Amino acid sequence: MNAPVETNAPIEIQPDETFILNVGPQHPATHGVLRVKMEMNGEYIVDAETVIGYIHRMHEKMGEIKTYPQFLMNLSRMDYLGALGYSHGHVLVVEKASAIEVPERAEYIRAIMVELNRIASHLFWFGAFVMDLGGFSPLMYALQDREHILDMLEAVTGSRLTYCYFRFGGVYNDIDDDFISAARKFIPRMRKSLKKYHKLVTGNIIFRKRLEGVAPLSKEICRKYGASSAVARGSGINFDVRKNEPYSVYPEFDFDIPVYHECDSMARYMVRMDEIEQSLRIVEQGLAKLPDGPVMPKKKPKIIKPPAGDYYQAVETARGSFGVRLVSDGDKIPYRLKLRSPTYSNMHLFDEACKGMMIMDALAFMGSLDLVIPEIDR
Amino acid sequence: MICEKTKIALENLFASKGVEETIEPEPVQEVETAGENVDEKQQELPRPDGVIERDYSVHGYHLDAQVPPDLLIDAVKIVDEGEFFIESITGVDWIKENQLEIIYDFSRYDFDLCRVVIRTRIARDNPEIPTITTIYAGANWHERETRDFFGINFVGHPHLVPLLLPEDADFHPLLKDFKA
Repeated sequence: MNAPVETNAPIEIQPDETFILNVGPQHPATHGVLRVKMEMNGEYIVDAETVIGYIHRMHEKMGEIKTYPQFLMNLSRMDYLGALGYSHGHVLVVEKASAIEVPERAEYIRAIMVELNRIASHLFWFGAFVMDLGGFSPLMYALQDREHILDMLEAVTGSRLTYCYFRFGGVYNDIDDDFISAARKFIPRMRKSLKKYHKLVTGNIIFRKRLEGVAPLSKEICRKYGASSAVARGSGINFDVRKNEPYSVYPEFDFDIPVYHECDSMARYMVRMDEIEQSLRIVEQGLAKLPDGPVMPKKKPKIIKPPAGDYYQAVETARGSFGVRLVSDGDKIPYRLKLRSPTYSNMHLFDEACKGMMIMDALAFMGSLDLVIPEIDR
Repeated sequence: MICEKTKIALENLFASKGVEETIEPEPVQEVETAGENVDEKQQELPRPDGVIERDYSVHGYHLDAQVPPDLLIDAVKIVDEGEFFIESITGVDWIKENQLEIIYDFSRYDFDLCRVVIRTRIARDNPEIPTITTIYAGANWHERETRDFFGINFVGHPHLVPLLLPEDADFHPLLKDFKA
């Protein structure tokens, strides 16, 4: 007979002994199909490599084989939470290239819609982020508020997530009185909810301890990786494309860019929460200033054929600075259409920034980046 | 302000390296009043290396610098010193001219707005270009993606394996002669 094996003997871990931990491709904390290969020393991350591309669909190739209007619907399949912002960038660059005039009313409607969509995206992020940290109920409150926005958007655009609402030159459906009164009702409701969220979550001691001082990102790392959105603004960088590079009717609105200098995950959280209030302000002003008129231009080329050249347009989406580069050779199909997605750059710095962190902190950090994987993979 | 500074620095770069084909940047108005005819002409003629100031309201960027591949690193160092952040790296396949173009986009965080585009062209048969990951760590994924799509070899890149395409991908879908 063999001697009984002592199972409870303490295991000696060498300080330099590491193991590989695979987070994902299917993992609740990654919010999609994302894999992070982590080299761990106990609870601490020694090295990390993010593996992306699991849901890569090659939108850029589709851009080269479809005509301009045919490609409109692809943009909303990139980021399913804040789809309108991405469509906005696309229509703006094509309008700029082919010199299509957009009626003022259409631009106002676009701005209102994009801001409502941004609030919806931030609400979902808020719920999912708190759920990452172990609090389940805020998600339910957030989804309830988000539902109001989705209902409003559905009535006008016809879809709840993958909108194809913007057209070259305007929008395809004018907003009606029902929408306006629903939006007017929504604004005070959302303000009340925000107060509730701050009471429920922001002051929570467990929540704060999980986030404060965790994952500090310096300005330098943001710059080297091209981070934008709350990732940059949480690190004291006052950068928002709507202000820095004004487009559409954003110069007409009075709103602030929340900037926090703590550089930690809590700062990124606070930036997004404050952004909801700023978006509400834009919607409020947009509804008040909304001019009358058509939503599509009278004169518009039947076939979109931008003159040959190289055009770029950046917009601020819910996830950061989204850019479209259009290289046209004068044909009805783009020669090259590059989509610069913001989360791609924000996610990229995770590898470098998470070194030396504990794994639970790293997951909180990942949540604070606001990942939408189809938008990274395109 | 910073645009002027960067433009002068980039122009000095061309001058100091004594690139023979470098000509003085085109007068701005010629580029901007470009009607369709002129635009077509520009497509026909290969663009000489140099810095051109573009009309922001039309193109969406301010400075457009075409550099030869061996000046790329120096040009990127100039934008790095100007505290620009990296927006993206991408390629364009100019199959008629048998060239691949690599486009680097840079922008700034502050209100001194200046978008800089650095572009370089390399032969399609032997697409090699030095990496800029030593200057901008964030170029890592952008370069891997560009290699995925165009088969461009970024010499000196620390980890040049497929990023978005499958691990064993040996095709480059954005080349114009790619057949699925």
